[in-house]
Amino acid sequence: MDLFWQGTVQAARLLAAGDPDVVEIALLSLEVSAAATLLAVVVGAPLGVWIGLKGFPGRDLVVSLVNTGMGLPPVVVGLFVSILLWRSGPLGGLEILYTPAAIVVAQFIIALPVVVGLTIAAIQQIDPRLPLQLIGLGASRGQLLRLLLREARLPMLAAVMAGFGAVVSEVGASLMVGGNILHHTRVLTTATVLETSKGEFDVAIALSLILLGIAFVINLALTLLQQRALHR
Amino acid sequence: MSEPALRARAVHVEHRRRAILDVADLTVEDAETLSVVGPNGAGKSTLLRVLGLLETPSRGELWFRGEPVSREPARLLALRRRMAIVFQDPLLCRTTVAANVALGLALRGVPRHERQLRVEEWLERFAIAHLADRPAQRISGGEAQRVSLARAFAIRPEILLLDEPFAALDAPSRQSLVEELHQLLRETHTTTVFVTHDRDEAFALGDRVAVLLGGEVAQIGAADEIARRPLSEPVARFLGTETLLPGRIVSTDDGTVRIAIDSAEITAPAPPDLAGPVWACLRSEDVSIFTDDAAPAPPSWNVLAGTVKAVTTWGTQVRVSVDCGDTVTALTTRLAARGLGLESGKHVRLAFSPLSLHLLPRTERRWVEVISGLVG
Repeated sequence: MDLFWQGTVQAARLLAAGDPDVVEIALLSLEVSAAATLLAVVVGAPLGVWIGLKGFPGRDLVVSLVNTGMGLPPVVVGLFVSILLWRSGPLGGLEILYTPAAIVVAQFIIALPVVVGLTIAAIQQIDPRLPLQLIGLGASRGQLLRLLLREARLPMLAAVMAGFGAVVSEVGASLMVGGNILHHTRVLTTATVLETSKGEFDVAIALSLILLGIAFVINLALTLLQQRALHR
Repeated sequence: MSEPALRARAVHVEHRRRAILDVADLTVEDAETLSVVGPNGAGKSTLLRVLGLLETPSRGELWFRGEPVSREPARLLALRRRMAIVFQDPLLCRTTVAANVALGLALRGVPRHERQLRVEEWLERFAIAHLADRPAQRISGGEAQRVSLARAFAIRPEILLLDEPFAALDAPSRQSLVEELHQLLRETHTTTVFVTHDRDEAFALGDRVAVLLGGEVAQIGAADEIARRPLSEPVARFLGTETLLPGRIVSTDDGTVRIAIDSAEITAPAPPDLAGPVWACLRSEDVSIFTDDAAPAPPSWNVLAGTVKAVTTWGTQVRVSVDCGDTVTALTTRLAARGLGLESGKHVRLAFSPLSLHLLPRTERRWVEVISGLVG
């Protein structure tokens, strides 16, 4: 237990002093994961609305695939993105393997099914007869889409945060496609793995505390949102 | 006469190869309220969706004020914006009551200032002004339906389509809302199509009534006319005629006819153009019950003797089925039923004025009668 207490005290000092390495790693983590989440929302939200509203053959299969994708193992994503971006791979010409961009690509793939799946659920919790009522009141296609997204605004926000939560905490893919290079692709999770293996528990604990803090803020916001949704 | 507001001709709707609706010709006149009444599954809602341009029929054509309805999306949207539809469930958005009432106006790009005036006007008229800032998810079912109606009226639609708007309400809320709506429709002269399964609501609101049975318009006409003179057996049955006696006109005499029914002969006013087999339709509330020792009915009345089969209490009234060869149903009060000591097996006489009989043509299907006679 001594190790834990000493580490925690040391970590608190590091955080209080604003250790430049720790700050840099935390900021990169936030930037990369935010970019990946943003991309996933831009692509995933319209896709989720479309799947949620339209009946088409094989829709149940698509929804099942998306739901499976919500639990996609990051190491598998890391493996496939590595192959894609490998120098001789299909996208090797981009030369982005072991850069932050590669981590964004991998995290985008992890976040996309989360965003799509939760958007489908958000849209499906709207009364299925509402679209007809809105069209009957004179809504154009564009107005209908906007009104439905507004109807589902709280669960949509939840989808965004769940997507961010999934990517900011994953380690496998970031390690494989980013390489955990200091001052370049080292993020909170990969740094924690490294510092732990080196026995630098104080740094590892400091990094973990930041990660826990981010996770806590996300969950707090989600809970508040859900409570608001329940009480309306 | 002005162009009808809406006209549907040879409109046919199929879902999964099953015919849901088959309307030969239906017009909605300007400024009238047309009630469409029929049992569940008669195709009422489908008809309303077709008239509201929310569903494209498999075949057939529609005219909006004399113009054929185009299926081109922009034209369709423009026409839809001249109408409003209210469904059985209010289907409000997750926002305030006032914003819900403003929705149709916002979709049409009505300027904010005018929008606000119209919203206030209709919140007032539907007596929900005090709810204006309340979230729509936190009001009662009756209030929500008022919001839905205000939302439709605020648009000032050329055609208002109402799909069972009272079906989900409790009896007192329904009563007052039906009365208020009746008043508003008279005042605003809004052309309205009102779909319901409730016969009383249909007659209360409709200038004209269309009876929809099995996807077809079985009869359409002025409300009084439909109530008094159903043209066919299914319409008569749906509109609440419980007794239909199969009979045959045996003689005509001075404006009256004699009709042979199973056990007796009865008199009815002579109908134009009817001879041979007929249905003698009799509404239960027009039949009086006498026990053998009671005072007789007026001499001109028809009297049938029979045995009570069943006595059922129905709300404030008592329904009595009597076996007179055919079954005749009579309606009486609880007090009268008790006074007469009505119970199964009791011998009674039923009396009814010839004027209460309405005759319908009947296709003779002897084998059916034979079999039903054996079974009954």
